[in-house]
Amino acid sequence: MILLVVLAAVVWMLNRQFLSPQNLTNISRLVGIYGIFSIGAALVIITSGIDLSVGSMFSLLGVLLSIMLVGRGWSPWIALPATLAFSAMLGSIHGFLITKVRLQPFVTTLCGLLIYRGLAQYIAKDETKGFGLGTGFESVKAFFKSSPLGVPIEFWIMLVVAALAWVLLHRSVYGRHLLAVGKNEEAARFSGIRTQRVIVIAYVIAACLTGISATLMAFYTNSISPSSHGASYELYGIAAAVLGGCSLRGGEGSIFGVLLGTLLLQMLQNLVNILGIPSSLNFAVVGAVILIGVIADRLLSGRRSG
Amino acid sequence: MLRAHGISKRYGGVIALAEVNFEVRFCEVVGLIGENGAGKSTLIKVLGGLVAPDSGRIEFEGGAVSLRSPQESISLGIGIIHQELSNLPNLDIASNIFLGREKTKGKWWLDDRASRAEAAKILARVGLDADPAKPLGALTLGEQQMVEIAKALSLEAKVLIMDEPTSSLSAKEAETLIGLVRRLREDGVGVVYVSHRLDEVVALADRVTALRDGRNAGELAKQEISQPAMIRLMVGRDLEPASARQASFGEVQLRADRVVTNRFPNEATSLEVRAGEIVGIAGLVGSGRTELVNAIYGVEPRLAGEVTLGGRPLEANNPRASIEAGLVLVPEDRRTQALILASSVGDNLVLPRWEDFARNGLVQSAAVREETQSLCATYGVKAASVDVPVGTLSGGNQQKVVLAKWLSMKPKCLIVDEPTRGIDVGAREEIYEAMRELAAQGVAILMVSSDLQEVLALSDRVIVMREGRMAGSLDRALATEESVMELAVG
Repeated sequence: MILLVVLAAVVWMLNRQFLSPQNLTNISRLVGIYGIFSIGAALVIITSGIDLSVGSMFSLLGVLLSIMLVGRGWSPWIALPATLAFSAMLGSIHGFLITKVRLQPFVTTLCGLLIYRGLAQYIAKDETKGFGLGTGFESVKAFFKSSPLGVPIEFWIMLVVAALAWVLLHRSVYGRHLLAVGKNEEAARFSGIRTQRVIVIAYVIAACLTGISATLMAFYTNSISPSSHGASYELYGIAAAVLGGCSLRGGEGSIFGVLLGTLLLQMLQNLVNILGIPSSLNFAVVGAVILIGVIADRLLSGRRSG
Repeated sequence: MLRAHGISKRYGGVIALAEVNFEVRFCEVVGLIGENGAGKSTLIKVLGGLVAPDSGRIEFEGGAVSLRSPQESISLGIGIIHQELSNLPNLDIASNIFLGREKTKGKWWLDDRASRAEAAKILARVGLDADPAKPLGALTLGEQQMVEIAKALSLEAKVLIMDEPTSSLSAKEAETLIGLVRRLREDGVGVVYVSHRLDEVVALADRVTALRDGRNAGELAKQEISQPAMIRLMVGRDLEPASARQASFGEVQLRADRVVTNRFPNEATSLEVRAGEIVGIAGLVGSGRTELVNAIYGVEPRLAGEVTLGGRPLEANNPRASIEAGLVLVPEDRRTQALILASSVGDNLVLPRWEDFARNGLVQSAAVREETQSLCATYGVKAASVDVPVGTLSGGNQQKVVLAKWLSMKPKCLIVDEPTRGIDVGAREEIYEAMRELAAQGVAILMVSSDLQEVLALSDRVIVMREGRMAGSLDRALATEESVMELAVG
């Protein structure tokens, strides 16, 4: 939190352009998109699992959405729910493989990462897809471009998702079970919690949130190049969750923290852009800041626990 | 000879060894016996350099030695064969034997040929006919045990300590192993033979040393060794008068009918517990008690058989269904299975029933707080508040949290696995009192315990398990430490 404010101040001092309406709109749009799937990543990380397939799902879902709307001319009232349902199906396959077949989450979703990317490239015949020439869904396009009260729709959707996720994690019975399973799956099982179901649900929610983000992203960029669209987004999700206080050992995390983590990451990217740092240094800067963040957290919590 | 003199060791408040004397000469097999927790393992660890004693003296071949690390013990010639095999099954036999002191060509390169040739010689000495290039995992457990012994011999062990070497072997393999021990003795090795199988001790030992509660309980010379004599030394103390509780029992609450567990797939066990009755399951560690109760409850696979509670069958492998029917389990390992140590006392207390505190799926924190505070008061849990992590409480208070968690759900049948492990004497009595009171209220209680006195003090009936099988069932009047031990060791 402190890091965030300091960073914002530094950026602002270095470049007044940071607070320009244009830049803020851009940031909030990206924070919205990244925030939604990062919340999903956090839920999976709380089960002490991981989801590496996010970026490839972005590509596959984007390609499918474009084909449904433009290629086939389906009504958006069918295409959008179909995208969400397909995401949920992928999530439940992950969950099934992890709980019933007992594969490791890392391996399972790594295979997902490769398979979905490959499928996207095959289905799209390696051509870039978009919504440019499509007709019949103008209202949907307009909706995704809209900015109620001057704030992009992506940010509003993220706020709604975050509010629901907050209630789910911090106030619902499911949230208590999720945290319990993440902290000590065996004790949870001995206490009669259906641990496998809890884990599967986490993967399904994460995949659905990825589906929502992927839809927003597809309409935002309006250009889905199957081989690179969404590449390494899963790592941004994981980074946001970790910066937001989730432990990869599971059982810990807060929705608020994840949003802060997302915000921080996006501001860093933005900083690289507007400060004129060579964009080839982008990853290095992000990596360094995450490293500093977690080291600081380690040292501070180390001091607290003596 | 190896001689340990006045060895003492405490773990926190628990005395593991108190002024223990022990010796083994070359060309001799000494049987080391004692109940679970008598101090055998700690003594072995001291001799192996794994545990530093608080006081005492160790002499080897006449001179005082200090064993501060396993390497020092090994370099003196003290080899230990641990109960749990500690090998690498995917490596070949020769590599396992020379693990950590590989034969090399020059400084860097492994010399497989030399190590296999050397291994073949040692394997011949223990009488194991196997190719040293074969992966260890391809051997039977008994053969792997032989490889462990071969490894100890390759270290030129003069004293060999064997901890329950036959516990996972078939009868035939055990016989081979006993033959090998005899040959080693003729070769001049001193063997310390730790076993619960007293018939093996009778067959092998030249002398027996018994431990009890961390102290020397006595010695038997060759001609005095017999099973009754050993049991007397292991149990030793005067019998306590049976407590006066004379309960009347109700209907059969819990019935397990030919239940088969993963661990012993060829054994089917049946038992019954009536309302108001406390049934104790005794037996040695590894006799299948925990596997049985876990399978009854549903956290371990039940391969076959039926479990009914109050006449209604319980679904296998579904602890949730057991809990809803009124069967709960206090597991053996409090820290990993019963509690989420990093979570608060309150969260642990309501772990199985968050649903009861939710309206429309949302948890009502105030109701949780009220309930957990009242539970702490009722069951005497001493904690600063319900918000402190349960891991910061003492063992006794942790166990009270586990009991309170289940008892607040008004179970019909309570299974307790090791109710007082690692709990100090005062809290122990409180837990016994709580269990007796529950039984008086008509709850059926099934208890697993390695503490014989505990089993005898609480149980209305004692079931004794041995190697996955029910070795016998004793009514309170017939259950004594001797009769239970006799069934347990066979």
